[in-house]
Order: sequence, then C-alpha cells, then structure tokens
Amino acid sequence: MAKHEIKSPIPGTFFRKPSPDEPPFKERGDKVAKGDTIALVEVMKTFHEIKADVEGTIVSFPVEDGEPVTAGLTIAELD
Amino acid sequence: MPINVISSGIMTTIQDLGRPGYYHLGIPMGGAMDRLAMRAANLLVGNPEDAAGLESVFVGPELEFTEDATVAVCGAELPPRIDGEEQPTWTALSVKRGQVLSFDFLKAGARAYIAVSGGIDTPPHLGSRATYAIGALGGVDGRAVQPGDSLPLGKASGTARPGTSVPMECRRLPGATAKLRVLPGLYWHRLTEDAQRRFFEDTWKVANEADRMGYRFQGGRPLDFVPREQPFSAGSDPSNITDACYPYGSVQVPSGQEPIVLHRDAVSGGGYFMLGTVISADMDLIGQLQPNTPTQFVKVDMETALAARQERNTLITAIRKAIG
Repeated sequence: MAKHEIKSPIPGTFFRKPSPDEPPFKERGDKVAKGDTIALVEVMKTFHEIKADVEGTIVSFPVEDGEPVTAGLTIAELD
Repeated sequence: MPINVISSGIMTTIQDLGRPGYYHLGIPMGGAMDRLAMRAANLLVGNPEDAAGLESVFVGPELEFTEDATVAVCGAELPPRIDGEEQPTWTALSVKRGQVLSFDFLKAGARAYIAVSGGIDTPPHLGSRATYAIGALGGVDGRAVQPGDSLPLGKASGTARPGTSVPMECRRLPGATAKLRVLPGLYWHRLTEDAQRRFFEDTWKVANEADRMGYRFQGGRPLDFVPREQPFSAGSDPSNITDACYPYGSVQVPSGQEPIVLHRDAVSGGGYFMLGTVISADMDLIGQLQPNTPTQFVKVDMETALAARQERNTLITAIRKAIG
C-alpha cells in the first residue's frame, strides 16, 4: 500500500500527547483506524484533534512534539 | 434562497464593517479583522462594501448554494473550490444552484473573506450583522456559523461580472516577517529608555493566543518599567495603571512580558498600561497573521500614521476603480 500522509489543516503548535503527563496518542508502528485521534494542534487558545482519515500503520512523525506547524504540513505518515 | 452550511471549519463568523458607536458602553466595533479584504470581496460580487459576508480563520467552510450566485474570496490564500475544482482567490466566481463551495489548505495569511452576491441577510443588531460572540450580538442568533445553518441572502444587485479580479498590486498580505507600525502613546514614559529601544529592536512572534479580541506576541526581551509610586486604584504590578480606556490597536504588555494588540472585538478598558497603538493602516495585516509569524514593531510618528491611512484610502479607491 502506498504511503498516506496525514496533514494538519491549521497552523499552530503540534502535540502528540493529550496532556503533558499522559502518553502519546500513537507511537510509530501502531495501527490506527479511520477516525482515531493522532495528535493535537493548539491555536487560538483551543486544541484541535487531528484524526486519521484512513486506516493504516504509523511509519513516522515528521514533526517533533511541541513544534510549530503550518496548514497542510504532514504530521504523520501511514503505511 | 439560502446557503446551506455543511461544515464551518474552526471558526466562521458573519462579519461586515462593524457597529461603531457603542464602544463607550463596552460594545466593540467588531466587523471584519481585515477590512480591505472584506470590502474587496463585496465589490467583486456587486455588493455595497459594508454588506455582510463570512470570515473564516485558517480553515474554510463547505457551503451548498440553493440558487445561482456570484462569490469572491479575498484576504488569506485559502484556495476556493467549486464542486471540487480549484478557483482563484480575489476573483468574482460564478456558482450555480446545487453547487458546493469548499476550500483547500491555507497557503498564506489567516482569514479569508467570502462575499456572496446579495450579501448575507441575517437580522442586524445595533446596525450591524457582525458576529460579536462574547456579547451574543449579530451573526446567527449571536453566534458563529455552524453546520446545519441556513444563511439567508439579500437581493443581488446584478452588477457582478464573474472573472473580474482585484489587481495583484492592490492585494495585501503580511510578509515573511510582519512589520507593524506603532505610534507611542500616553503611557510610553512608563518604560525605561532601554525597554523602549528593545521593544522595537526585538523580533517577536505571534503566540497561539491570537483571536478577534487581540493578538499576543512573545519571544522578545521583557520590558522594564521606570520606578513609580503606585497611583490610586492601580494594581501593584508596575504594568498596572488606574483603569483607562483601551483604543483599538493599543499595545498592552502585562508585567512587561508579552505584548497584546487589541483588535476589532477589543475590551474597551482596563488596568494595564499601553505603550502605544498599532496605526489604523496596519490593523488589517494583524488579522492575516498566523501563529509563530515573526513580527517587528516599527516606531512611527503621527504624521507617518496619517500618511499611511491616506495611502490605505487610495488603495481602496484603486480597487473600486479596477473592479468598476
């Protein structure tokens, strides 16, 4: 299966964890179902969930936790 | 015949040019954060410049049209699609009954203005349809647009000419580093000379706390204050003052840490000193700043501020002429 990229629809700050003391939503190698939350992007005082739009296995997270992202940037690659 | 809202992005609100005249009662002017883009979009679809349209931040809505109309998207580079086919921004576009207007990922800027021929015809409150959600005024029952809403349209003028574009040289978006011109104000003397210099020297960046009420900036060095005796009724922090009026565009810096520029949905007063005010000509640009955009504040005098305002008026005149 071809690689599928999940993109952030919004600019903001990228987070892989639901809160600082919790484990990440997903790790590399995890299987995800369509609709699973992959990460959060914070903007305008609110956190927006980024969900998987297909099912697959996570290959990589090209963005580090806590880094700024722009709209359309790939935040996870699925296989 | 209304527009049906299928999805509304993160925040899509009905805006026009606002409701000036009630700020002394705590009700801000509101209206489009980027007024130039709102005016341009309205002109393209044959509306009066103060007709109501939509302001979408970062993500566009999905809208189904139940009648033929002309639409235009100005401001942010948020590429519109009609039935999936990409269309240009800053251009009058023909939409047929039953077609769906949607949007691609944001390419530049922050807020797109969507005007529709006839304008959105929700009931005005205090003379404006602009959404002031905090005060539950305007918009759809005082709130932002939601999926399932039907937005009524007024009668189109019939003067729109699909295919017409705003010339490139009349479009405005902030550069990679935004430059915001600031006129030092009443409380400028509260800062040390060193802090006054640093505020303009440092490159700040837009924080995530940035919305219609105000834009916060961070990353510059903290500002120091001249020692003083605490005035009657002022708070104990050196950045506190005896409560005063807050102008649109005023720059407050609570505790000298992170400057906040008040915008169209500003609070009208409070107890923080303001070092100055972003000039009116640069207020539209703030509405187009994404989080993390590097920003430089540039010190100007009143003469420069007034000349910039004049230049801005000339720009609007040029757009009117180009669209005809």
